[in-house]
Amino acid sequence: MELLEQPTELLERFARGELEAFEKLFRQFQGEVYGWIVRIVRDPGLAEDLTVETFWRIYRARARFDPGRNFGAWARRIASNAALDCLKGGYGKNARRETELPEDFVSVPVPDPGVQRDLRERTERAFQRLPAKLRIVATLALVEERPYKEIAEALDISTAAVKLRVFRALRLLRKSLKQMGVEP
Amino acid sequence: MNEPHDQGIEDLLKKTFARVNHDLEHDLWPRMLRRLDERSAAVPWFDWALLALLALWLCFWPGAIPVLLYHL
Repeated sequence: MELLEQPTELLERFARGELEAFEKLFRQFQGEVYGWIVRIVRDPGLAEDLTVETFWRIYRARARFDPGRNFGAWARRIASNAALDCLKGGYGKNARRETELPEDFVSVPVPDPGVQRDLRERTERAFQRLPAKLRIVATLALVEERPYKEIAEALDISTAAVKLRVFRALRLLRKSLKQMGVEP
Repeated sequence: MNEPHDQGIEDLLKKTFARVNHDLEHDLWPRMLRRLDERSAAVPWFDWALLALLALWLCFWPGAIPVLLYHL
């Protein structure tokens, strides 16, 4: 995701609560925020809802925003938190789902047909059992292959913490899969 | 480039979950505006608390109603 530098004047106007400035930032960053969230939640409709939720949080926190900082990086951190809340069940259970997907929409990309269906289902189940904090890191690092540094910045943790979470996720996955009779 | 950890599980994950490459297909600003409008129209909880206190006060001291009406 390209993090464009914003003119300080626009960011100052946003921090003061000017709706026009917020709209400009929204239009410029909605695609990037959505792109980040959809990688985590893997559901385009839910990602749209969470994009709006993210910008709602951004708007509420505008007074705390330092116009000298990078808006894109800040937005991505808030987006990651919104996605994490969703994975924990804090958003999806209570929020009204505004977007219903068309029936022919494939929300999860079609996986490799060579993998047996049963094996895929077991892997999905094992993955869903991971704690949200580990799942988000595992998704971004192992499935989406995003660099650790990028994940660390988005989650506001150190690169070492990302590595540790990936390691723990893999250990838990191996354990769960073993219990299900899968030996990768 | 990230460090390889457990190649067997990593390969299994990559085969199970394909990478997502999905762009936003429409502008979300109208939904954002609706969200902003909904929230600004919502009555804060402390307003409801004040109203409840007032109702309780009037229930226990109905004699205060004319005083209240006078001040309104």
